[in-house]
Amino acid sequence: MNNVLAISGIVIKELYRRKDFYVLFVLTALITLLLGSVSFFNDAKIARYLKEVCLLLIWISSLVIAISTTARQIPAERENRTIFPLLAKPVTRGQFIMGKFLGCWLACGVALVVFYLFFGVVSESRGRGDSSAAGLSATAAATDASSKTDEHDHAAAGSEHHNEHETPETTGQRSVVLNYVQALWLHWMMLGVVTAMVLLGSVVLSAPSVSITISFIGIIGILLLGEHLNKVALRQPQPLQAIIYTGYFLIPHLEWFDIRDRVIYDQPAIAFGDCGLATLYAIVYTGLFLFLTWFVFRRKTLTL
Amino acid sequence: MSVILKTEKLRVEYASRESRSGTKVALNGLDLEVRAGEVFGYLGPNGAGKTTTMNVLLGFVHATGGEARLFGVDVREPIARQRIGYLPELTYYYKFLTAEELLRFYARIFGIPRGEADRRIDSLLKLVELEHARSRPIKTYSKGMQQRVGLAQALINNPDLLILDEPTSGLDPLGRMKVREIIQRLKSEGKTVFFSSHELGEAESVCDRVAIICQGELKAVGKVSDLVAQYQCDLEKLFLKLIGYQPQGVS
Ligand SMILES: Nc1ncnc2c1ncn2[C@@H]1O[C@H](COP(=O)(O)OP(=O)(O)OP(=O)(O)O)[C@@H](O)[C@H]1O
Ligand SMILES: [Mg+2]
Repeated sequence: MNNVLAISGIVIKELYRRKDFYVLFVLTALITLLLGSVSFFNDAKIARYLKEVCLLLIWISSLVIAISTTARQIPAERENRTIFPLLAKPVTRGQFIMGKFLGCWLACGVALVVFYLFFGVVSESRGRGDSSAAGLSATAAATDASSKTDEHDHAAAGSEHHNEHETPETTGQRSVVLNYVQALWLHWMMLGVVTAMVLLGSVVLSAPSVSITISFIGIIGILLLGEHLNKVALRQPQPLQAIIYTGYFLIPHLEWFDIRDRVIYDQPAIAFGDCGLATLYAIVYTGLFLFLTWFVFRRKTLTL
Repeated sequence: MSVILKTEKLRVEYASRESRSGTKVALNGLDLEVRAGEVFGYLGPNGAGKTTTMNVLLGFVHATGGEARLFGVDVREPIARQRIGYLPELTYYYKFLTAEELLRFYARIFGIPRGEADRRIDSLLKLVELEHARSRPIKTYSKGMQQRVGLAQALINNPDLLILDEPTSGLDPLGRMKVREIIQRLKSEGKTVFFSSHELGEAESVCDRVAIICQGELKAVGKVSDLVAQYQCDLEKLFLKLIGYQPQGVS
């Protein structure tokens, strides 16, 4: 474990020494600008739309960060030959892979916390000003939010309604914060699966450009089409149908981790049990991909 | 004297598109023994298989046949690498780290406690004369300085066996002499040094024994003085003879 932590520390050090973290500043500036313009429009619909754009931006950039940093790790170690003095020490290849994974995943986590914190603070302080004057207090904002939540809940038939005994204020306030926390958590868990997948890609396909491209296509494909694959399968002739169905059951359903709508429409938070199940699901897939990465890398000949 | 580095019938084949069989034999039945406390020179022309041998010893390449052991442990076990120091042929390190950070990272890998690591880092940086540049990123170092960082990292765990792949390549005459001095000093501390080189004079002056390989096969092994007496010529002529070079003008 010590070796794993030491290696992941180097990954993170490289990211900030290479100034890759500047991306964060650019993006957070963009979020602030976008959400800041909400107060000009004074319109709930536009506010919601801008929130949607910001979240999409956060999703896309988190994927870009995760894929581009992870795919580079092992090929760069080999190309720069830094892998040789490292693996000449009592480090197993499994520890090497775990260290790389952990470093990339933690870096993604830091980026996500920054994104969500900025997004949350800016949108909660400004976006809710649609009905009241600027500089309104936090409680007022929360009350506003909770009333909207309730409207939405009554409108959406059959949606689960827990916390019935609590006052609307506390429910709303907690639910808003909880939504952000859950969205952040599930997003991060999803990036764990993504990081492990990309790591596998980077040891199977040795050219980083190829593995980055394929990872992008694969992951975007899963996010957009993953949930519809079973329906697509039904419309196909037999052999193809079976293949697509198998694919549907085998791929990690990254889209399940996407709860942006709950943040945008202030829907009630997910049950903790469901959140835990999703986490477990992510851990299983992450573990599987890391195992496969190790399996491929284990006996690889390391020369140029 | 105990044997701490041993290969038996070691064979390595690389996948290769050039040859018809699809493989290139880099090592062919190599038997090698390095004993504790000696400085062992590993000589051979370019492409002889010197780096390949070291790659097997360090677990970067898996042998196609035969076996290799360090301290009696199969080289496939990571623990075999606990007591060795390795200097790669071309030294490249994390360019964004400083020499000090790099050494601290490797010290952590070996599980050296912090206070002890600090002491070793100080003395190693003094040994390789990089104290003035210790907190500069490695990307600002000259080639010779990088080679010296490499030597320092190879010594961080106070190893009993050093595996050095052409430690003096790319160094100026003064730098070479300093490396030779370091090797001699390590020997006086009872350490074993296994190094490859193209400098026959260097090998002659620091080695207890040498091996000459060519095309993956061992051609000769022994004390330089014994080999010279046996073939009745100097080391350079012997080397050329063993690798099959025929001087022109001689029938
Ligand atoms: N990854 C590889 N794939 C195919 N062939 C390889 C590979 N690595 C080395 N070889 C071949 O194996 C042989 C031995 O190479 P090696 O690097 O061990 O030589 P060397 O003795 O270290 O030479 P030098 O003195 O130039 O460093 C060479 O013919 C080389 O072309
Ligand atoms: Mg070599």
